[in-house]
Formats: sequence, C-alpha cells, structure tokens
Amino acid sequence: MATKGKEAQSPLPDPQAQTESTAALLRELVAHLRQNRTQLREEWARRITRAQLLTAMTEEEIFAEATSVYDNYVEALETGTFEALQAYARNLSERIIPRGVETHEVVGIVLLLRDVLARSLFGKYHEDFDKLNRILDAYEPAANRIANTVAVGFVQERERIIRQQQEAIRELSTPVLQVRERLLILPIIGVIDPQRARQLTEQLLRAIRTNRAKVVVIDITGVAAMDSNVANHLVQTVEASRLLGATVIVTGLSPEIAQTLVTIGVDLSEMATVGDLQGGIEEAERLLGYKVLPLEDLTPKA
Amino acid sequence: MEVPILKQGHYLIASIQSALTDADLSQLREALIERVGRFRARGVIVDVTALDVMDSFAVRTLRDIAHMARLRGAETVIVGIQPEVAFAMVQLGLTLKGVSTALDLEEGLAFLNVQTQVRIDRGPGRLDRG
Repeated sequence: MATKGKEAQSPLPDPQAQTESTAALLRELVAHLRQNRTQLREEWARRITRAQLLTAMTEEEIFAEATSVYDNYVEALETGTFEALQAYARNLSERIIPRGVETHEVVGIVLLLRDVLARSLFGKYHEDFDKLNRILDAYEPAANRIANTVAVGFVQERERIIRQQQEAIRELSTPVLQVRERLLILPIIGVIDPQRARQLTEQLLRAIRTNRAKVVVIDITGVAAMDSNVANHLVQTVEASRLLGATVIVTGLSPEIAQTLVTIGVDLSEMATVGDLQGGIEEAERLLGYKVLPLEDLTPKA
Repeated sequence: MEVPILKQGHYLIASIQSALTDADLSQLREALIERVGRFRARGVIVDVTALDVMDSFAVRTLRDIAHMARLRGAETVIVGIQPEVAFAMVQLGLTLKGVSTALDLEEGLAFLNVQTQVRIDRGPGRLDRG
C-alpha cells in the first residue's frame, strides 16, 4: 500500500529519542575513553613530541598537562557543559603564554587529541560500521566544540594580556608633570596614534583642572615623525586646553618635523612654539610672571 | 529656565545652572547685552560649569555674547568648561575663536581685573579732603 510504503520510507525521527540515543552513545564513548585513559594519553603525548609542538616545555610537563587536558576533555564530553573546560583553558593559557607557547601549538595539540581519540574509536568499532558512524556522529560535534573552546580561550587570554600591556605602556608614556605652581609639562615620546592622542588630551585636560594650570609646555622632542593627523590632534589639544583657560606652548619640533609640517601645509599659526624645552619653560615663566635670578643678584650689595 | 544675572562691582555674572533651550540662550544673550549698557559693566562672566553638553547653537550664542558685549564696551570671559565638554567641542570644530576662557569663576575675575585695569582701591577724592 502507498501509505504503508511511505511510513516505512521515512520513519519520523523522534527528536527526543534521538537526543537520548546520542546521550547513550556519548556515555559509551566516555566509558571507552576512561578505560583506555593511560594508553591514549601516552599516545597523545608521544604524538605531541613527534610533531614538535610545545617545544618550550619539558616532556614531563607535557605529560602532566596532557593528563589534565585529557580529563577535562572527557568530562566536557560527558557533561556536555563547557564552563569547566573554559576555565581550565584560560588557566592553562595563563601559565603557558609567558613561556612563549604559540596559538598554532595549542590548536595543534587539541586537534591531535581529537585525532588520537577518533583513531581509537575506529579501532574499537571497525567491525560494526553502522555503530562507528553513529558514534562519530555523536563524537565529532562535541570534539569540534571542545577544540573551539580551548582555542578561543587561549586567544582571548592572549588578547587580554596584550590589552593589559598596552594599557600599561600608554599610562607610562604620558606623564603630566607640574614643574611650578600653575605650570605643567607634558613630554611626549614615541608614536602618536589617534587613540593615544585622545587619551593624552583627556589626561592633560584633567591635569589642567586639578592643578589649576595656566600654562602647559608640550615637548615633542621624542616624537619621531608627524603627519597631518598627528598635527591636527596637537592643534585640537591646544584648543581644548585654551577652553579651560590654559595657554599651551609646544617645544622641541625637530628640523624634519618642521619641514614636514610646512610641506604638507598644516596651519600651526594658532600654536605658540619655542625651540627647546628650556626655552619653553622660560617663556612659560615669563607668562606667569616668574623671574629666575642667580643668587648673587639677590644678596644686597654691601 | 531663565538664567540669573548677578551684578558684582563692574562685572555681570551669569551662572548657567542647567541645560538650556535655544530660546533660553537667546533670552540670556538679550538680557546680558541690555544690562551691559544699563549697569555700565566693564566685564561679563558666563559660568558654564554645570553644563555637560554644549551644542553648536550654545557655542555660537556664547561667541555672539562676547562679540556684542565688546561692541558695548565690556570684556567677556567664559569660565568652567568641563574637560569632557572641551574635548567634544574641539572634535566638532567648535572652538570659541576670539573669546576668552578661564578655568573657573575665580580665574575669570582675575582675568577681567587684569584686562579692564579696574582699580578696586580708590584713592582719596576731592570730597574726602573736605
């Protein structure tokens, strides 16, 4: 009959039954991995060494890490939750990144583990092709997700470290110093990118307000190159400072920078510039009404 | 909201307390310019400490106040621009060219004292001699 044939053709897959069978398969898989733990772990560590991955670590360390990765891996397969693995991946990355372990190595070892385990499954079920297929159906998505989780954890940790270091460098590189009452100096060293220029300006504006500064000397002796973007940032910084009532003097423009600025035609007419930092501070002192005299001029003549 | 304008010696002080509508700003401009004449003020201080946003109309009105007051014989100084506001303004190209600025009210008063050469201490006049 037509209806009967149709039924036989497409037995409606009951989604719940399917998940159940997947769960059962995963359980079987996990039992297998637990049983052969020692042997598979050794095989994996051997292949890591042979592929010359994790060369920064000793063989014992590799074995120890392999053990805990293996156990976490099996646990993730069993529970289907990845939080513990994620935390472990982050913790592992934290330990191995300072030792110079690269991304390709981490991804490499996780993929190796996946292959080692897949091979052992082939070995176990090679007689029952159907079963092998179903086991792999359950295993592959979970294994890929694990590989993904570990790799992403590693990369995220690396990015976090890089961000942290960038932040540290940035803060170190833009000190705003008070040299006299109401006089600040801001020595700029290195490359100015838009982000740094912005941070620099914000820091300066805050310092102007907290120190009640009237004059700021920005020294750019340590700036190697300048383009129109950087020049415009500088002009903006000067303008913003003026809005807070502070006068800015820029010092230390090298001959090369002076030439570039004139060549590309940046308008710096609004900006007060003095040759060097000493000249800038002297000019600032003049604006503030200071007068520096040698001591003998102060002692009354007899 | 109307901005209170205080007379302090030779100066007028307008302290903006909250965000203003365009109409309020125009009203402030008119009131200030009228009072510069009425009180024969030598200086005008506009305090914007309470403002955390400044749009192009506000900036233009402040500039207009400064220019108009100068025509009527008073020097204007804008005080209390917040660092974040200053940064946003220069990014938008609103730089208050030709208008004096100072950190706060105190600095603004000191600036006007220098600018207008007002002598607070008056020497003995004819009447005092008797």
